[in-house]
Amino acid sequence: MTLSSLLAAAHVRPIAPALAWGMAGVLALLLLGTLAGLALPVLRPKDDHTNLRQRTASWWVMAVLVGAALVLGWGAVMILFAVVSFIALRELLSLAPLRREDRLVVLLAYLVIPANYALLASNLYGIYLVFIPVWAFLVAPFILAMIGQTRAYLSTAATFHWGLMTCVYNIGFAAYLAMAPLTKAPQAGGAGLVFFLLLATEANDVAQYVWGRLVGRRKIMPKVSPNKTWEGFVGGWITTFALMWFLGPFFLPVRGYQLAVLAAALPVAGFAGDVTMSAIKRDIGVKDTSRLIPGHGGVLDRIDSLTFTAPVYFHLITFFAFGRLPWP
Amino acid sequence: MALIRILFLMLFARPLARVITGADVIGADNLPRAGPAIIAANHNSHVDTLLLLTMFPVRLIPKLRPAAAADYFLKGPMIGWFSRNVVGIVPVERTKAGTGEDVLAPTREALKGGAIVFVFPEGTRGDASDEIGELKTGVARLAHDVPGTNVIPVWIEGAGRVLPKGARVPVPMNCTVLIGAPLTWTGDRISFMLALREALLALRAEAPPQRWR
Repeated sequence: MTLSSLLAAAHVRPIAPALAWGMAGVLALLLLGTLAGLALPVLRPKDDHTNLRQRTASWWVMAVLVGAALVLGWGAVMILFAVVSFIALRELLSLAPLRREDRLVVLLAYLVIPANYALLASNLYGIYLVFIPVWAFLVAPFILAMIGQTRAYLSTAATFHWGLMTCVYNIGFAAYLAMAPLTKAPQAGGAGLVFFLLLATEANDVAQYVWGRLVGRRKIMPKVSPNKTWEGFVGGWITTFALMWFLGPFFLPVRGYQLAVLAAALPVAGFAGDVTMSAIKRDIGVKDTSRLIPGHGGVLDRIDSLTFTAPVYFHLITFFAFGRLPWP
Repeated sequence: MALIRILFLMLFARPLARVITGADVIGADNLPRAGPAIIAANHNSHVDTLLLLTMFPVRLIPKLRPAAAADYFLKGPMIGWFSRNVVGIVPVERTKAGTGEDVLAPTREALKGGAIVFVFPEGTRGDASDEIGELKTGVARLAHDVPGTNVIPVWIEGAGRVLPKGARVPVPMNCTVLIGAPLTWTGDRISFMLALREALLALRAEAPPQRWR
């Protein structure tokens, strides 16, 4: 048996060259981070570098999980994102103020996750589009009314709506991109679309943070997120725009002004997702949504930008390149 | 049997705790590295015991002994076998308290043998309202009777929502276990129990608000 027949038997499709190069690039960045984590304690022994080491180790785990799912195919991507949705929703519903009577509604909210991803896996895109925004939107407050507790009724319904929309519906768009056929995304396939979304979103997070640390002076919204600065936002925006403009053609079926619109919108969406979740955390009175990912916080802390960038990226690419509707 | 317990806790209980609670631990440096020691925690759910059993490193698992009500956990052959061999309980005959029988004797013996005993000083599960019930003084008597026993205050936030008293279906929600600095015997029961209560309240103040509004 040859290697290619083995891979074919395991339904592993060959990886597009751009995706392989992209993954190699991420690997190189991780090695660089690991080396920095090893070198800094020698160069600057007085400072505490635990956080950098933790963050890098966690990035390794996340990169390996995502990379493995992308290599295995869209089924694995669906499962990975469904698990991410579950943990993020669990973190949010555990911290948001809910009432004792809502306990079983929390369980029902989790059941929305397998239904949501099953619709995507079945390519029932039209039903997926309305499943959470219409059906869950209507059913949740009805169940809450049947429970009969009217104290904090409206804010409770809004909590379930917000959680399902951000953690499940919006993240679903990222997973669905993995199913894009090669005819629609000939550059690097569906896996390449998912990879580039995650790369651009996380690069934007890191770039905004680094620019803010290096030259940040003017606070952009001190009441919500005191460490965010105009310099960080603008520096991150330019960095992400440049990254998407120059690398986008290897992954995306958009060119020219279309790519420019996408590259301009994504860092703004990432920033918006970040500060929106910051506002929620500040309202609740916590810094992190959990301690699952050492050096980062919770899953929701890690995907806060993605809850906004995923639908923006998906819909702009669909509008520009997929003939107004995606593939099914 | 010890191997079955380790395998069950590592391969089933620990992943289960992760999935249904996240199992966040704050202050793991305060965990005892050897017995005798008492983990004194608030109590709202069976999930409390699950979280405490799964937060220790594997080499300490043989030493872990949750003190548990004999009238509840030994009432049938199945649950009794599970409680003794897998959970590893040390029975407390709480119905015989006040009859002159020394109901703490098995726990005391376990401590003398170097065990790490879990004690819920409230005596029973609360209603997950985030209040501390009246603390029973057994933990003070044990700390006094077995010299060298550290008492580690532990606040468990959120477990009463995952599986409250009377519920059959667990609902996954994040929980946080906060572990305080060890307390040593103060010389008298009243000041010791006050110190324990203060320590638990201080840990509760640090907990993320994983509680009903």
